[in-house]
Amino acid sequence: MANQATFAEAATPFMGQLLAYARLHFGKIVEPEDLVQETYLNAYRAYGSFEEGTNLRAWLFRILNNNYKNALRTKSRRPVKFEPTSDDDDLEDHYFMSRTTPEDVALDQMTHAMVRGAVESLPESFREAVLLKDVEDFSYGEIADILDVPLGTVMSRIHRGRKLLQKTLYEYALEEGLIATPA
Amino acid sequence: MDDQIDCGDALLQLSAFLDGELTDENRLAIADHLNRCAPCDGARHFEGELRTVIQDRCREEVPDDLRQRILAAIADDAK
Repeated sequence: MANQATFAEAATPFMGQLLAYARLHFGKIVEPEDLVQETYLNAYRAYGSFEEGTNLRAWLFRILNNNYKNALRTKSRRPVKFEPTSDDDDLEDHYFMSRTTPEDVALDQMTHAMVRGAVESLPESFREAVLLKDVEDFSYGEIADILDVPLGTVMSRIHRGRKLLQKTLYEYALEEGLIATPA
Repeated sequence: MDDQIDCGDALLQLSAFLDGELTDENRLAIADHLNRCAPCDGARHFEGELRTVIQDRCREEVPDDLRQRILAAIADDAK
C-alpha cells in the first residue's frame, strides 16, 4: 500500500506526459489542463489502493482516460465525430509506400503543426492507441490495460492508426510542397 | 528457414516488429526478410524515423502555473 505523503514526489515527473497526451487527445472537447489536475487529485485520493512497485505511470494514464470518458458522458451535447465502424475497415495498407519512397519525404521538415494536426485528425480509437505507443512508449499490454481493450485490438489499432497517420502526413507534405506531386 | 515470409506479411508485422512485440520466432522471420529485401528494409527505417519525429513534435513542457495549481490542489486536499 502506497503512502499518500510520497504521492506528489512520485507522480509529478509524469505530469508532462499526461499533459501531452491530454492536449492531443482531448484538446477540442474538454480542457486538458483541468482533466490532468482532476487526474492527479483522483490519483492522490486513491493512492492508498495503489500497489507500490507496480506501474504508476500506466495507473495515472488509466485514471486520466477514465476521467475523459466520464467527462464525455456528462457533457450534454457530444460532438459528432467520424469513427470507423470496425477495426477491419478497409484502409489501404501501403498507401504511403506505393506513392513515394521513404527518401522522398524529408521527415525532419515536418513541423510541429503538421504532425500534431495529423495526430488530431485520427479517429479517437486510433489516436489514443498511437499516442500511447509512439509518444508515451507504453507496451501493448500496458495500453490494453489503460484502454480496457483486448491486446489484439491494441495491435490492430496501432498498425492502422500509423498507416492513416502516414497517409495524412503524406497529403500535408504534398500540400506544403515538401514532396513533388506524383506524375 | 523454410517458411519465408513475403513483403505483405513483413509490412503487416512491421509495427509490432519495431515495437518489440513479436514472438522470437516471428521477430527472427521478419529480421531475416528485412536483411534480404531492400524496399522493406527502407520501410523499416522510414517508420522508425517517423516515430522519432512524432515523439519529438508531440512533447510538452508543463507550464509552471499548472504544476503549482495541481500541487496546491493536492496539498489542499490533504488538509
